[in-house]
Amino acid sequence: MRENLRLTGTHVGCDTSQCGACVVHLDGKAVKSCTTLAVMADGHEVKTIEGLAADGAPLHPMQEAFREHHGLQCGFCTPGMIMTAVDLVHRKGHELSDEVIREELEGNLCRCTGYQNIVASIAAGAKAMAKSDLA
Amino acid sequence: MYEFKYHRPGTVRQAANLLVKNEDAKLIAGGHTLVPVMKQRLASPPHLVDLSHIEGLDTIEMKGRSLVIGATAKHAEVANSAIVGEAIPALAELAGLIGDPAVRHRGTIGGSLANNDPTADYPAAVLALGATIVTNKRRLKAEEYFQGLFSTALEADEIITKVMFPVPKKAAYIKFRNQASRYALVGVFVAKRPSDVRVAVTGAGSDGVFRATAFEEALKKRFSHKVLDGIAVPAEGLNSDLHGSAEYRAHLIGVLTRRAVEAANAKD
Repeated sequence: MRENLRLTGTHVGCDTSQCGACVVHLDGKAVKSCTTLAVMADGHEVKTIEGLAADGAPLHPMQEAFREHHGLQCGFCTPGMIMTAVDLVHRKGHELSDEVIREELEGNLCRCTGYQNIVASIAAGAKAMAKSDLA
Repeated sequence: MYEFKYHRPGTVRQAANLLVKNEDAKLIAGGHTLVPVMKQRLASPPHLVDLSHIEGLDTIEMKGRSLVIGATAKHAEVANSAIVGEAIPALAELAGLIGDPAVRHRGTIGGSLANNDPTADYPAAVLALGATIVTNKRRLKAEEYFQGLFSTALEADEIITKVMFPVPKKAAYIKFRNQASRYALVGVFVAKRPSDVRVAVTGAGSDGVFRATAFEEALKKRFSHKVLDGIAVPAEGLNSDLHGSAEYRAHLIGVLTRRAVEAANAKD
């Protein structure tokens, strides 16, 4: 994805399926791309952070929520956080408690320790997604 | 990555033939053990046989009084299955404790069992529930299937197709996570079956998953955590590392077994 397609939004973090910076959607479900063979995805749909909103169009509501609530410091973990968050909303709906969000972020590490605002961003983004056409 | 040949068979028979033809071939389903191992060059199989596109290999269904889970059923599918939740809720809960949400979207029950990591969760459920591992060749009882660290009764060209779990009267799984890796430092699965009680322990044994028979005998007489007072698992033969001594793990087995029995009784 990064070298051949130049889709560099997906980050290489730990490269051992722990940190979640590389999360993409495979057939609509969050997976860790560092531990998913590209050949196994042949014939399936892969969506990266670049695919959430069209180029030049308004941001996806989850992206917008991260901007609005300052859900990032250095930004390295952000693409994975957002892809995980969108998957979480697809699975658990638009009203997410902080407890559920924190539990679901088990596989996403932020080393700036900025979880407070990440959790606030996801809660707001989840609500905003209910009113948006972007899934 | 180094070069390897990728095969995508459509049936278990085709997959088995590929294993016979290519001696060094490895099976892959979710890839969440094999891909990291390949990236570290700890394994470099020249052939990969992908089981994840074989139709029907991930089916979850009741067959008579057994819950049958297909080998490529993913952890998230088992965790969220209404059928599993109805028949053996403890098994659904266990699947929901593996890794994290993204890992559970890829990892499979067959892969976990074929790998038999000594800190994996599924082996405890399979051993405690007295499940049967069904392969393309035969049926294996849990007791004969697990053969030590990363070691199973599977032959080189043998493929797990499904796992059959007899439905217990009560069951619960309690896991004490390693704070860093989040794998089980110790995990205990307790099952009250129609004829006996089984207590299976993962994470602690230096030879992989095992049964705590002293606890089983006491619990068979009365299924209450109170009967466990005064009984302990010996520290001998348990893992000892920087995460916990053998004595600490032995203590945890007692604590978690009590909690599991209480949890199983609370499900009524």
